[in-house]
Amino acid sequence: MQERVFLPNKQINDDLLKGSFETPWWYLAWMALFAALTAWGVFAFGYAINKGLGVTGLNRPIMWGFFLTDFIFWVGISHAGVMLSAILRLAKAEWRRPATRAAELLTVLSLMVSALHPIFHLGRPWRFYWPFPYDFSRGIWPDVRSPLVWDPHAIFTYLIGSTLFVIIALIPDIAVLRDKTKGVAKVFYGALAMGWRGTPRQWKIQIVAGFLLSGLLLPVFVSVHSIVAWDFAVNIGTEGWHVTIFAPYFVIGAVHSGVSGVVTMLILLKWMFKWDDYIRQEHLESLAKLLIVIATVWFYFFFLEFIFALYNLEDQEIALRELQAFTWPYNLIAFVFLFFGYLIPVPLWLFRRVRRNWVAMFITSIMVNIGMWCERFLIIVPGLARKTNFNFSWGSYTPSWVEISIVVACFSLIFLLIMTFAKVFPLIPLFDIKEGQTLSDEIQIGKRTVPALRVEE
Amino acid sequence: MAQMLALYKTAELAAQSTEALDGAGVTNEEWDVLTDAPYPEGAFGEKDPEHKLYVFPFMGACIGFTLAMIETIGTQTAYPLVTGGKPIFSMPAMTIIAYELTMLGAIIATVLGILFESRIPNPFAGIYDERITEGYIGITIICEEGKIESLETLLKANGAEDIIIEK
Repeated sequence: MQERVFLPNKQINDDLLKGSFETPWWYLAWMALFAALTAWGVFAFGYAINKGLGVTGLNRPIMWGFFLTDFIFWVGISHAGVMLSAILRLAKAEWRRPATRAAELLTVLSLMVSALHPIFHLGRPWRFYWPFPYDFSRGIWPDVRSPLVWDPHAIFTYLIGSTLFVIIALIPDIAVLRDKTKGVAKVFYGALAMGWRGTPRQWKIQIVAGFLLSGLLLPVFVSVHSIVAWDFAVNIGTEGWHVTIFAPYFVIGAVHSGVSGVVTMLILLKWMFKWDDYIRQEHLESLAKLLIVIATVWFYFFFLEFIFALYNLEDQEIALRELQAFTWPYNLIAFVFLFFGYLIPVPLWLFRRVRRNWVAMFITSIMVNIGMWCERFLIIVPGLARKTNFNFSWGSYTPSWVEISIVVACFSLIFLLIMTFAKVFPLIPLFDIKEGQTLSDEIQIGKRTVPALRVEE
Repeated sequence: MAQMLALYKTAELAAQSTEALDGAGVTNEEWDVLTDAPYPEGAFGEKDPEHKLYVFPFMGACIGFTLAMIETIGTQTAYPLVTGGKPIFSMPAMTIIAYELTMLGAIIATVLGILFESRIPNPFAGIYDERITEGYIGITIICEEGKIESLETLLKANGAEDIIIEK
C-alpha cells in the first residue's frame, strides 16, 4: 500500500536541497573522521610501495587475500545501482523514486574504489596500465585470453556507463540548483546545467534516455560480475574455484550485498537529513521483500557449491569444504557468513514489523554486508591455503596493518565521497519525486479512499 | 520579434491558455512549455516531439564492435600465443571483449545522442524564469511586437500570474 504525502514543489526543492545549503556540525565531524582514515590508508599504500608487498600478509601460496576480497566486495556493492535504478525503472515500479540516485551513486563510487584494489595488489603499481593495448615498443601485448584483461574492459564499461547515467539524470536537478544559487555557485551550476529549461522535448528525451540507458546497462551488470567470477572460475589449479556456478553465484551475491548497501544508505540519509516524507516505510518494506527473494536465490547457489563437492566426492574438494566449514579460523568466518548473510536477516524480514522498522532494517542490512564480505574471504583464501599439484606448499594468512588500513580507508573513502556529493548535488532526484506526485491520485471505492496511479496509455 | 513567458501556478490553467493560444491562431511552433518535472505527453496540447535517439546506440555499438575486433585481432596477431595446437584467435575471449566494447560504444553514443536531441549545451536557449523550478509552469511564445498586447490580455484572462517580455 502506498502512503503518499503531497508537498508543494518549492518545499520539495527546499527539503531535498538541504544538504547543499546547510552544513550542520555533525557533517564536518564525520567528514574529518573519514578524511583522516582515508589519509591513513594513503600512507599505508605509500609504505607498501616503498617497502614492497612483503609488508602485507600475502605470501606463497596465498597470493590473494584482503585486497581481492575487498575488490569483489565493492564490485558486488556496485550492482545495487542497476538493480534498483534500471530494473525498477523498466518495470515502472513507483517505489523506486527516492532510491535511484543513491543507488546509482553507490554504484559509481564503489566501482571506482574497486578499480583501485588491483593497483594496491600490484608489486609494481606504476605499471597498472599494462593490461591496456598501448605499448608498441615492448614487443608484447596483453593476453586477451586472460580474465585479468577482461576485467578492466568490463569494469570500465560499467563505470563509464553508470557515471554517464548519473550525470544525465542529474541535469534537471542541477538546473534547480542553478536557479536557487547566486555568485560563483550559480556560474558553476549554470555551466553544468548546459542551458536546461524543461521543455517537453527535453523531458521526453530524459525519460527515453532513462529507459535506453537502463536497458543497455542491465546486460553489462550481468557480464561485469560474471567476468570477475571468471577470475576464479577459469583457474583449474585451485580447488573450489573451477565451477560453472560461479558467474551467476557472484552476480546474485552482488545484488544481495548491493541492495542491502542501498538500504543502509537510505536509512542513514533519512536520519541525517530528516527526509521522513521522502523515504517512507513503504520503500523499506518493498526493499526488504526484494531482498528476501534475492537472498534466497543466492543461498540456493551457495548450497549448490557444496552439492557439487558432494556429487563427485573428490578427496581434495571434500578436504577444502572441511577446511572452510570445520577448521579454525575459517569455521568462525563461515559461521559469521552463514548467520549474518542469511540465517538471521531473512527469517526476520519475513515479519512485517521488522520490514517496517528502521533500526531493525539498518542492523540487518549491515549484517548482510558483513556476512557477504566474509563469504568472499572464504571463497578466496582457504582454496589457496591448501597444497595442490600447482602450488607445492601449504600456507596460512594473517592480514597485516597495511591491508587492514587500506581496506578501512576504502570504506572511509566511499563515505567521504558520498557526503561530498550530498553537499554539491541532491541525493534524491527532485524531478522524479515531483513526477511521482503529479501522477498520484486517490480514488473512492465504496467507503474506502485508496491511493491510485495515473498511467499513460 | 519578441519573446514572452507567461507563468502559471497549475497545469490546468496552463493547458487552458495553450488552448486559447491555438484558438487565437498561435501555432505549436510558436509556443512551448517549460516545467520543472515531466508531465504526460500532450498534457498542454503540445506536439509530440520527434527524435531519432534510437539510432545512436546502434551507431555506437557498431563503432565499439569494430574497435574490439581491432584490439583483439591486432593483439593476438602481433603477439601470437601458441597453445597446444589451438587457434591463435580465441573466440570466447574475443566475444567477451567485443561484448563489453560494443556496449560501451552504444552507451557513449546514446549519451551524445541525448545531449544532441535535448539541444544542449545551449547557453542562449531562450527566455526563462527561475520560478519554473519552484513549480510554476511557463508558456513561452515567439511573436511579432505588434501582437504582444493582445497576447498579454489573452494570457492574463486565462490565469497567467506573471508575464515577462523580451523584445
